[in-house]
Amino acid sequence: MDIPRYWRLKDQRYRLQGKKCLDCGNLSFPPRLVCPKCKSRNYEKYFFIGKGTVYSHTTIYQAPDRFDHIAPYSVGLIDLEEGVRITAQFTDVPAEELKIGMKVEMVIRQIYEDGPKGPILYGYKFRPVISV
Amino acid sequence: MRKVAIIGLGQTPVREHWESNLRDLGVTALRDAMDDAGVDTVDGVCVGNMLSGALSEQEHLGSLIVDYAGLDGVEGMKIEAACGSGAAAIRMAVKAVGSGLMDTVGVVGVEKLTEYSGKFSTAALATAADADYETTMGLSFVGINALLMRRYLYEYKYDKNDFSIFPINAHKNSIHNPNAMFRYEISEAQYAKSKHIAEPINLLDSSPIADGAAAVIVCAQENISQFKGKPISILACEVGTDTLALDNREDPLWLKGVERSVKKAYYLADVKPKDIDFFEVHDAFSIITALSLEASGFAERGEAIKFADKIGIGIKGGLPLTTGGGLKGRGHPVGATGVYQVVEAAKQLRGEVAKEVQIENNNIAMAQNIGGSGATVITTILKRIV
Ligand SMILES: [Zn+2]
Repeated sequence: MDIPRYWRLKDQRYRLQGKKCLDCGNLSFPPRLVCPKCKSRNYEKYFFIGKGTVYSHTTIYQAPDRFDHIAPYSVGLIDLEEGVRITAQFTDVPAEELKIGMKVEMVIRQIYEDGPKGPILYGYKFRPVISV
Repeated sequence: MRKVAIIGLGQTPVREHWESNLRDLGVTALRDAMDDAGVDTVDGVCVGNMLSGALSEQEHLGSLIVDYAGLDGVEGMKIEAACGSGAAAIRMAVKAVGSGLMDTVGVVGVEKLTEYSGKFSTAALATAADADYETTMGLSFVGINALLMRRYLYEYKYDKNDFSIFPINAHKNSIHNPNAMFRYEISEAQYAKSKHIAEPINLLDSSPIADGAAAVIVCAQENISQFKGKPISILACEVGTDTLALDNREDPLWLKGVERSVKKAYYLADVKPKDIDFFEVHDAFSIITALSLEASGFAERGEAIKFADKIGIGIKGGLPLTTGGGLKGRGHPVGATGVYQVVEAAKQLRGEVAKEVQIENNNIAMAQNIGGSGATVITTILKRIV
């Protein structure tokens, strides 16, 4: 059970909230307390739009326990338009159609259920761009 | 800094050791290394381990191993750096002896990964990655390496089957290592047909999870005459780090942790890549072998496979790799692996491996242990003492 973690990460999981360094302008996702570029601790919240391109992708056949029942599923590295790369699952796309360079956008989907009686946990996944 | 040496070696076979627990594996390897060195006690024990808490419900391994090894009262601590835990423990011993704080330190890497089902071990191994932003997205540890391999294939236009050169070589060597888990050859055809774990990584790209323990005794080089073991000099044992999460790296195909680690190691040892006679590379996955050869300065970027093909990575090649079978053929008991690599390299330098895999006229060896997707890298350079 990791409900506190999901509560703590809700702004990241639902709204892609990272940070912008007030001294050098560097954008971070996940949020960091120290700017990796200039080491400043002056930050403001920054919300990424959630559009990007596929940097790499894989389809997982042998999954960790918690994800075993949905295998095979696809996970990738996505380069967001703002210049930050994140890790996320893909959705609404067959594995064989995934390609490096493909344009994708963020949607909210179920990530996993925390046991049969636990809560259903939601967060970002990415799908091929369909909206304009 | 005093010069340090390895004066004793010990290892258990890498297997599914259902009959042995962590302490028995660890104590066996440690006591074998102490017997080899000819010592009945040490000043400290460093235990390299990653998953004893998750998979054996046992932490506090330092005192546990010290207790059961009959070393009551001696200082012992567990060192954890994911799959790099073993060499990280050696690093701690080198610091302790090199600084003069201790004279003789036992290092034991120990791991049991077969207590539970594969799914559970897969989840435990994924704790090497970022729990909040990689693992909870469903990414497995194999998956992280698959992301690297896919991008590598895309950027450098290799055929996936070109990677078979590394596991085929590893299996060719593990046949002659009695402690290896897989003692049979594999073919290109088998590689091409092997089932996917996380596409494009297949079963034969992946080192198998296993149980095992390996140990070395580290002493001050000025004291080697006090021991009966055959000494091997540690010229360098240096650590480089990188971001924990793969996605936080600007250039994931360049393992900066490897580059940082080898730069320091080459400098301290005063050697260049061309001086290395053989290399115990961290072949957890074929792609990691390629990326390590490049960031370690052996091959140009994107050229690792061509380099391996040209120079020869077999026992008689220009740069023999994984002479004891590597992680692929020997098996990968994660927190023990870094110590197994150094034991193998030291045995090669001592001239104590099977004659089919004994490299002639070897002098300088390098072993590299990688934690996570390259967030902790320890490069050890060893030299024969003549
Ligand atoms: Zn900054």
